[in-house]
This record gives sequence, structure tokens and C-alpha cells, in this order.
Amino acid sequence: MDPMDAIKVTFFQECDEQLGELEAGLMALEEGTGDRETVNAVFRAVHSVKGGAGAFGFEDLVKFSHTFETVLDLMRSDKLAISADVVHVMLRASDVLADLVHAARDGGTVDQDRCNTLMEELEHLALGDNAPAVTAAPAATAPPASPDADPEPDEWGFVPLRVSVDDVPLLDTPTEAAGGEEIWKITFTPRPTLYAKGSDATILLRELALLGDCDVAVDDTLVPSLDAMDVNASYLSWTCFLNSDKDEAAIREIFDFVEGDCDLIVERVSAQAPAPIAAPMPVIEPVAPPPVVAAAPAPAPTPKPSAAPAPTPAAKAAPAAVAAADAESKGGAPAANATIRVDLERVDRLIDLVGELVINQAMLAQRVAETGVARSSNVAMGLDELEQLTRELQDSVMAIRAQPVKSVFQRMPRLVREIATATNKQVRLVMDGEGTEVDKTVIERLSDPITHMLRNAVDHGLETTQERIDAGKPAEGTIRLAALHRSGRIVIEVADDGRGINRERVKAKAIEKGLIPPDLNMTDEEIDNIIFLPGFSTASTISDISGRGVGMDVVKRSIQALGGRISITSNPGKGSTFTLSLPLTLAVLDGMVVSAAQQTLIAPLTTIIETLQPKPGEVRRLGPNRTVIAVRDAFVPLVDVGVALGFRKESAQPDSGVVLLVESEGGGRAALLVDDIQGQRQVVIKSLEANYQRVEGVAAATILGDGRVALILDVDGLIAQRVSETRNETQLAKAG
Amino acid sequence: MTNDDIEFAQNRLELISFRIGEQEYCVDIMAVREIRGWAAATPLPQSPPYVRGVINLRGAVLPIIDLANRLGFGVTEPNARHVIIVVRIGSRVVGLLVDAVSEILTTTADAIQPTPDVACDAVKRFVKGILAVEGRMISWIVLDQILPDQSLEEAA
Amino acid sequence: MSMRILTVDDSRMMREMLLMALKGAGFDVVQAEDGEHGLAVLAEHGADVIITDINMPKLDGFGFIERVRGVEQHRATPILVLSTESDAAKKARARDAGATGWIVKPFDAARLVEAIRRVSA
Repeated sequence: MDPMDAIKVTFFQECDEQLGELEAGLMALEEGTGDRETVNAVFRAVHSVKGGAGAFGFEDLVKFSHTFETVLDLMRSDKLAISADVVHVMLRASDVLADLVHAARDGGTVDQDRCNTLMEELEHLALGDNAPAVTAAPAATAPPASPDADPEPDEWGFVPLRVSVDDVPLLDTPTEAAGGEEIWKITFTPRPTLYAKGSDATILLRELALLGDCDVAVDDTLVPSLDAMDVNASYLSWTCFLNSDKDEAAIREIFDFVEGDCDLIVERVSAQAPAPIAAPMPVIEPVAPPPVVAAAPAPAPTPKPSAAPAPTPAAKAAPAAVAAADAESKGGAPAANATIRVDLERVDRLIDLVGELVINQAMLAQRVAETGVARSSNVAMGLDELEQLTRELQDSVMAIRAQPVKSVFQRMPRLVREIATATNKQVRLVMDGEGTEVDKTVIERLSDPITHMLRNAVDHGLETTQERIDAGKPAEGTIRLAALHRSGRIVIEVADDGRGINRERVKAKAIEKGLIPPDLNMTDEEIDNIIFLPGFSTASTISDISGRGVGMDVVKRSIQALGGRISITSNPGKGSTFTLSLPLTLAVLDGMVVSAAQQTLIAPLTTIIETLQPKPGEVRRLGPNRTVIAVRDAFVPLVDVGVALGFRKESAQPDSGVVLLVESEGGGRAALLVDDIQGQRQVVIKSLEANYQRVEGVAAATILGDGRVALILDVDGLIAQRVSETRNETQLAKAG
Repeated sequence: MTNDDIEFAQNRLELISFRIGEQEYCVDIMAVREIRGWAAATPLPQSPPYVRGVINLRGAVLPIIDLANRLGFGVTEPNARHVIIVVRIGSRVVGLLVDAVSEILTTTADAIQPTPDVACDAVKRFVKGILAVEGRMISWIVLDQILPDQSLEEAA
Repeated sequence: MSMRILTVDDSRMMREMLLMALKGAGFDVVQAEDGEHGLAVLAEHGADVIITDINMPKLDGFGFIERVRGVEQHRATPILVLSTESDAAKKARARDAGATGWIVKPFDAARLVEAIRRVSA
């Protein structure tokens, strides 16, 4: 790959980060939680994008970001007040900026009107306070010529003050005195009176430098030690070699003012390299009068790496090839939370390998056990240790991939802004728990469902502004997006303070569409969850922002495919809450190994409340096919797993099997009847859908110690399936 | 390479032929990943009869298709003599249950004859053409339809 | 032994571009991502020439240059500012802080190398 291509990739990656910072900063300003540093950070983000865009020649992006940056610069230097209106313009500008960046990256186009509108608004802000007109955007290519009247080449803003080193000639090309130019040696030694009059050697030397190429060296041989120093005395002397076409008079003119207060020698020198200054010279301190500065060197800012306040991460190793080149240029000390960048493929490979290791270890353990070796033998104990280590290794490796959901969350504010604009509603998005960590495999799958839930919340959940006002609610609706860990899973909640679910209407519509039988008795919760039934989502009102008209049923199925659950609860008039729960990782699972109809199956441990040995009297039949079991003082539907999965036709005898009492996300319970419990294992999850497709009642598969595939139960699915079957049967019974 | 050589290379087909009962079939060798002996499959609930189940292939979970049944014959009772041809279909890797693998055939595209009209629906759906080799009739199977049609399954 | 250049810039992309340009010219490069980090890297690895951005979090270019100048060992080390801006006031401020030169981004690799050689000869 052309190295510039690789750097372009880095640029766009960085742009995304900058855009994220930009949005976060602007939102903080909007909420009033920002400060001076926030404004600076926001400025830097746009500044960064602009700089990179310039390097690659993205004209449109440069133009827009330049104007944007100008306004932000005014804000950070207090020349433009940071009002709510201004911040809103900034936010919209940041959206356009993001579009421009992505268009530059992907070669697409942007909404030109929107872009122009924002440009105008930005320019208006820039000019508003009679601030100087926005300077023309810099050309995207060659560096602009220096505005200073220095006789130096383009990129130099000012003349370098020569830093002398030992016996190296002080002038670059002392042999040239190009046409009319001569080399002057000026020795300048201020007397105390010069400083007493408030003059400064630096200024004088600078002026000298304006006359031409100037190499200056200081002679501090007279500077005494600190305790012997007299602050009012003058110990320093400077020697300058000036390459100039000006005459002596011009040189002396500079020192006119201080003539009596210094010793000045101006000599024309030959074109030969001048005798070097004897001792190595420190650089001129351009600030306070030299003696003071020499006396009080700035407190040595050589921070011990460990004392560095904010632990600066060691330079990050860029992926692949650049990593090798970068290795020796890594700087900085590894502080508390140093990070490195690692190629994702390598991590995935590592995780796969560890997964294989787990399977292998299990197989080994099984085979050894089968040989009848004693549990107390060295071999068996060694294997136990191996299992322990493998487990720990797996945990550590899984933790590598754990990421905060922030990366998914941070796209959401913009999404909500856009939907709000499109639906003419005022919406505020509050986010919580962005730091909650989840395996990478899950994070990628979160984006779509969250997007759908948010769309649904804004579009359907929230009332129109007028309706809200009429109902005595604040005109602005609030949506809360939160992530948290709960019983070994990650839970995402989307809560709105809107109108809640109109149960009458939902039920009526479902009946109308033939999704539920007319006289079915349903709990409030069940009615709320009708929206997840296939075919429910309105094809008739696909509002522009619901886009492809993807219904909640598709969302639910994709969640279930991940072993997750989604449900909704509602409070009419007050609002609704979507709850989505997913396993923390799609890679491993703690499961209970059971058998049913000669098949080995795995039940996720997180779903199991307890296991029971059913006694004869506890099982009752309700109707032809519905069985329940008494658990303490409640009756719980009994599901024969072997029958539910189609492995056998007839139900087994409950009291010859074992019951797993399980609970679904919605709180519903069921008793799963299996033949036998074989143990508990952590299993590596293998997808069925990679090579096959989704199977009802099955969440995924795993590979057991004997190398055979075992299916992992979709507990929620089994419960739901049973419930709907029962309903159908009841209907049939009624109809018959 | 002469022009003729180049054309020839493009026209060339390499096929693996195998036997199901008395019939011979073949598939494009480019789709074939490996050939394995039979291994017992874990059955999948609610699946059509031609999906025998899934097996473990070095850590990946592979569905096994009873090709005979898929082609319209009865369900196969597998035994240790059966063979599994591991093929790639799109982004999926799948195992085909057959009786035995015969040989690798090299031929050209124009040697493939169209499927006779009298063939039944199942055959027409999967058989792309017929190859005549030494008096034997070998049906060329096309794989993209072999797996259960998902949209139909979901409507069921 | 090749000269060591310290590059200080909060943009990863810019650091990569500098790395490419400077290593290509045979320099040894150490990097930092802001002023504070730059000081730490400088203390640990030293540098013969420093190239720094202005707009950076934690410690900006001006502050960084001032602090470097306060380090005994680096009173004389050439410091080049590499920035997108070309504002005269900013340049003056950099000069006051102790910068040796100012280069405007986007930079031409050859010119950058030439500039480095000039200040360090």
C-alpha cells in the first residue's frame, strides 16, 4: 500500500475520533457542563480536521472547517459569547462537518443546501461582533508565504537565532557574500546601565537579525555562581556574525539608543570562516534580562515518568508494518494505564485459539477420566490445574476485547437530533452508563437495535410538542439511553416520557391484522409486547425516518439470534421503556449440561433459578396439553424439552426426570423437563447461523469434550413457544 | 501461450464425481474444501428431513445435508462407509452426505449437455447439466439451492 | 550515529507523516502526543532537534517550548514549530518562548529536512 494511503486511513480514523470529541464537547457546552478547556478541545478538534484535510487536498472540507474553526477561535478567545443559540449552530455545523469528512472518505456527496446554510450561519457569527472578516481559507496545498518581511525562505516565519555548538562555524556559508553582502562581526557587551534603563539585549539583537542572516553567540564566561551573582550586574556579552548588504551605519543605528551603555565593536570580516567562539554557548534567553534568567533557571521540568500527572500512554504501535518501524521511536514511560494498539485480527485469532484450547482441554480431561485414572493421581491433579489455568487464560483474553458501549452510544445524539428535526419535535437525549463494557462481538450488534428503539421512541413514543403542552408536560421530550450490567448480562434501556402504549388501539390493530384471536385474555405486559409480533408494524405509515419500515419483530429476532431478549413496558400517559438484554459475550457461556431424548443439550446458567426433582403429586395437567408443576405456592408451566425440540413425540414421565426452573427477561417462568443433569461447564459458543440458519428453540451450539456438537437452548424461545402453542391449542379447542 | 491455449484454460472444468445409490453426480472442484469419512451428526430440531444435523469440523459447526433426500430420494441411513464432501456455498461451509467419491474429471464447458425435460422438479432445480463420460451419465449438481430456503422456512 | 528528532503533535496522522519524512531522511525519531508527554519523552530519550505543534491538549506548544528552554540541557536545542497557522502574533509568541523556527503545515518533506539540517549544523 502506498504509505500515503495508509496515512489517509489514519487520518480518517483520527477524524472520527475528533468528530466524537467535537460533539461531546459541544453537548457539554449545551448542557452547561463545559468550561474553558472544553472550548479549547472543541477548537482543537476542528483545527485538527482542517489541518489534515489540507494535507490531502480536500477542498470542500478545508473551506468549511476553516470557517468553523474561525468561529470557534472567537469563542475560545472570548470574542464571541457562548450562548445556547450559538451552540446549536455549532452542533449543526458539526453534523455537516461529519458529512463532509465521510464524503471525502467514501467519495459520496453531501447535502449542498444544508452545507451552504451552515456556512452562511457560521460566517454571520464570525462577522457578528465586528470581528475581523473571516480570512480567506488557505489553499489546500503549498504552504503560504511568510507574511513577515524576513529575507528568509518561505516556511520560515523568522530568522533562526543561531545556536552555536563548539567549534562549528557560526555562519552557514561564510564564504559567500552574495552581491553587495558582507560579513560583519559585531561584539556587543551591555553595561549594567543598559538594563537599568529598561533596555533589553534581545530586542537589539533581533533588530540586528532583521538586517540579514545573523548568527549570534553569547559569551557567559563571566557569569559567576548563583550566590556570587549580583542581579544588577551584567555578565554577558554577545558576538554576532551578520551577513548583510547593509552598511555599518545601519548596524550602528540599531544601538543608537544605548550607545553609552554598552561596549560595541563592529568589524567587517573576511570571507573566511571566522574564529569560533571558544566555549560552548547556551542559547539566548529571550525573556527577562539575562542575569536574572541565568540566575534562576526555570525549575527543571524533567518530570520523572512516574510522576507525570496524567499518565501519558506510551506511543501507540500502529498496526501491521508501521508497528515495526515505530518500535524504536516509541517514547514516554509506561504509566499506570498505558495502552497499545493491536490489530483486531490478531486479537480475534488469539480468542479463537484460546477457545480451541478450552475445548481441547475438556476433551483431554474426559478421555483421561474415561481411562479410570484415580482422581487423586498426579495426572488428574495436573489436569485440574490445567483446567484452572485455561479458565483464567480465557477470562483474561476475553477481557481484552471488552469495550465500553460508548462507541455505539456516541452516534445516538446526532441520530436523535435528526429524527427530532424530521418529526418536528423537541427531544433531549440523556445517556447513562457509557463506560459499561461488553465484548466486541456484542458491541457491533448493539447499534441497529438501539437505533430502532430510539427511532421508535421519538417517532411513536413521544407526543407532538402541542400535545405535550396540552397534557401539561414540558414541550421537550426526554429519552434516556442507559447501559448496565445485570446478572451476568448487559442491559440496554431506552425510556421515553411520552404517551405510553395505547393498549386499546394496539390490541385492536393486532386483532384486525389477525395476529391474535379476538377474545384472548392478555395481561397488560403481553399487550405491550404485541409490537414485536411479525406483521404488526404498520406498512401504511412508514415515516421517512423509520426508513425501510423495519418492524420491531425483525429487531427482536436479530436480538434473539444473539441469545438476547427484548421487551417493552409502558405506563399510559407517562412513557414507555424498552429493555434489551444481551449476553456479555457471544464467545463463551456458563452452561448446565443436560440430556433429553438421548441428546446432550446446554442450558445457559444465567437463566436457571434452581433445579428440582419433581415429585408425583406436584405435576398437574390443565387441559389436554398443558402441564404445570407446583413450585412452592405457584404453578409454573412445564415444558418437556425433548418434545419441544421435536426429539420425541411423547412427553416423558416428569418424576423420572429433572426440572430446571428458568426465568425469561420479561419475568415469566417455566419449568424445563429434561432427563438428566450431567454437570456444569463453561462452553465456547459456536454459531449455527454461520453455516446454517437460525433454529427455533436453539440459541447456538458448542463442542463437547468428546468432539460432538451439542445444542445450546434458547430458553426464552422455548418459553414463548410453549405459551403460543398453548394459546393456539386453546383456540383450536374452542373452535372445535 | 497461444491464443488457443488461453481459451482452453478458461473453458476448462474440473469436477469431482461421486455416487448416490446407483446414480452418479459431480460438483465443481472449486467448491470442494475436503472429503471426510462419516461422523455422527447432532440432530437439529424443526429441520427438514434432508438436514441430518451438525458435526464438528475442527471447531466449526457444519450442517450435513442428505443429498439423496434433497434430490428427491428417501432419507439415507448413514453408516461408516458413507462419505461427507465438505463444500463452500456462498459464505457457508456445508457437508454433503454421499455414498462414495469416484474420481476427478477434467472437461470443458461445452461438453456439458442440458438436463432432459423429463426430469422431476427436484432434479431440475439442482442439476445444471449432464456429462457423458465413457458411457456413464453424470449429473452436474449446482449447490446454491441446496440449503433450506430461509424465507420459506420462516413463513412456515 | 544519526540525529534524534523529537516530534510533538496530538494528531496521530501528523506523527505518522513526520515519521515517514524523517526516517526516510535517516533521522532517529521519538514521538510525543502533547506538551507534557513531550517533556517526558525528552527527559527519557533526549533529542537533538525538536519539532512541535502549537495546538495540543494538556500543555500547548508555547508552554512546551518555554519548559524545554528551562531545561539546562536543552537551552540550545533547536525547536521548530510546525503549525497550520501563520499568524504573526503567534510566531512572535513562539519566538518569545524560545522557538528557533516556524514551519507552516502542510509541510514539504524535503524542506523540513533541509530546515532541520540548517538549525542543527
